[in-house]
Amino acid sequence: MRNVAAEVAVIGAGPAGLCAAYQARSAGADVLLIDENKLPGGQLFKQIHKFFGSGEHQAGVRGFDIAKALLTRVAESGVRVKLDSLVYGIQPDKSMGLLDAEENCLLRAEKVVIAAGAKENYTPFAGSTLPGVIGAGAAQTMIHINRVLPGKRVVMVGAGNVGLIVSYQLLQAGAEVAAVVEAAPRIGGYGVHAAKIRRAGVPIYVGHTISRAYGGTDGGGDCGAGAGGVEHVEIVRLDENWRPVAGSEFTLDADTVCLAVGLSPMTELIWMAGCRFEYIPAFGGHVPLHDHNMETTVGGLYVAGDVTGVEEASTAMEEGGLAGVAAAEALGYLSASAAARKKAEIAARLNSLREGPFGDARRAAKEKQLAAMARFCSCEAERGAV
Amino acid sequence: MPEGLVYTGIPSAAELAACPGIPSRERTAKGRVAVIECVQEIPCNPCERVCKRGAIKIGERITELPRLDGGLCTGCGVCVALCPGLAITVVDKTYSATEASIDFPYEFLPLPQKGGLVEACGRAGERVCTGRVLAVKKTAAYAGTAVVSIAVPVEFADDVRTMRVLRATEK
Repeated sequence: MRNVAAEVAVIGAGPAGLCAAYQARSAGADVLLIDENKLPGGQLFKQIHKFFGSGEHQAGVRGFDIAKALLTRVAESGVRVKLDSLVYGIQPDKSMGLLDAEENCLLRAEKVVIAAGAKENYTPFAGSTLPGVIGAGAAQTMIHINRVLPGKRVVMVGAGNVGLIVSYQLLQAGAEVAAVVEAAPRIGGYGVHAAKIRRAGVPIYVGHTISRAYGGTDGGGDCGAGAGGVEHVEIVRLDENWRPVAGSEFTLDADTVCLAVGLSPMTELIWMAGCRFEYIPAFGGHVPLHDHNMETTVGGLYVAGDVTGVEEASTAMEEGGLAGVAAAEALGYLSASAAARKKAEIAARLNSLREGPFGDARRAAKEKQLAAMARFCSCEAERGAV
Repeated sequence: MPEGLVYTGIPSAAELAACPGIPSRERTAKGRVAVIECVQEIPCNPCERVCKRGAIKIGERITELPRLDGGLCTGCGVCVALCPGLAITVVDKTYSATEASIDFPYEFLPLPQKGGLVEACGRAGERVCTGRVLAVKKTAAYAGTAVVSIAVPVEFADDVRTMRVLRATEK
């Protein structure tokens, strides 16, 4: 088995991983950045809208332009990048199994940053296995990476930011969006995203859900999903206890159903490494404990981005930067004072992204996660003292 | 069905009335001015940064709503293309004796042609009236967003916020 070594291994070349790699490398560390995809950038290349935040967060710049700039910085800094390569396992001593161009390798690194991102949730309903029922992320990949329209007329399930943004992107790509349905009594995503698709004539049904998707003819008409795929979508109103109201059903013609029903952190490697977790629903489920350096309960193993709790790309980039700085400091590439200065700057930017009515829940969730880490550390210290 | 942005995706009349980005009736009567329909506290402040006249204020806490100073705003429209939420228009109720002009961000293809007629639409995408295209601007600084200016009867100036391109059969 071939050995691969680096001072810092960063797993996942999305916004968090790119920033972690850049910070650690520019401090002087030898950094290997690994991604299972053929292209780096994670979800950034599918984010064609202008980002929010402030100038320091690159507000007003479109996601794919942020990705291009990040990739240039990472390449110029001298980070080694391995694409189409999969880290499939990790031991508590942080040695990793790596498939590098189909070759099984043993990867060892003094510091490891896991920035594996999140995966889309699924929701079952009658007909949810029909061709034409896809994740909203899949629709984004088809439009922006493969340049294929997933369907001609789409029903979007979920009015969080993903559902709203992907609806707008489907319209821009030339599809019709028949409706956005949201089971909650209110729109979860930013109002400005909702307003954009409303102005384009898309109805948003809050307090409604999809009850059934069905076809009818074998040929599937000229619908994108093809033979046997979705042709009709039944929507039903929900009462205050989230139960379907009999008789409230109505049917829309559509060849595609996009599910935008939340994301879950991709924590498999972190579990495997033996890290401690906390269940935080606001972050999408079980998330690894970490400290202000983004270091987990396994020394030298850092986490950043959606894998620490689902937020968005701007916070992922800042968390990645924190992890990169902390790893470089731990390796002796940054003095304590230089690292403290960098970390304080990043922390201030992170805080401003977790303000306001949309940030409150995430800020509280992050505080809970950090507090759980502090409790774990003090328990360990006591145990050590005994 | 309750009203308001979080229920319908449309800012209600009450939300707009309370919105600090909306110019006063007196200011609007004087001519071109930005109308910032930003009613929800999200972390975002490019409008403040791009306004060279200092007419838009948010401050340190970037989730505060933008406040428009109608006295400083000249209606230059730089903010229209650069608001990530596409929430700003420039309205000129003095465009002519009978018409107002509305400048709004537009991110669909095909772009309309100057001098052409379009369907002027409201906040729910509903047709309000016919609009005449005065200008289509898409500079490099706008980063992909076009700003379309259309003329509509002045009585619709508060309702028209976007447009649809008319298909050949509808002209």
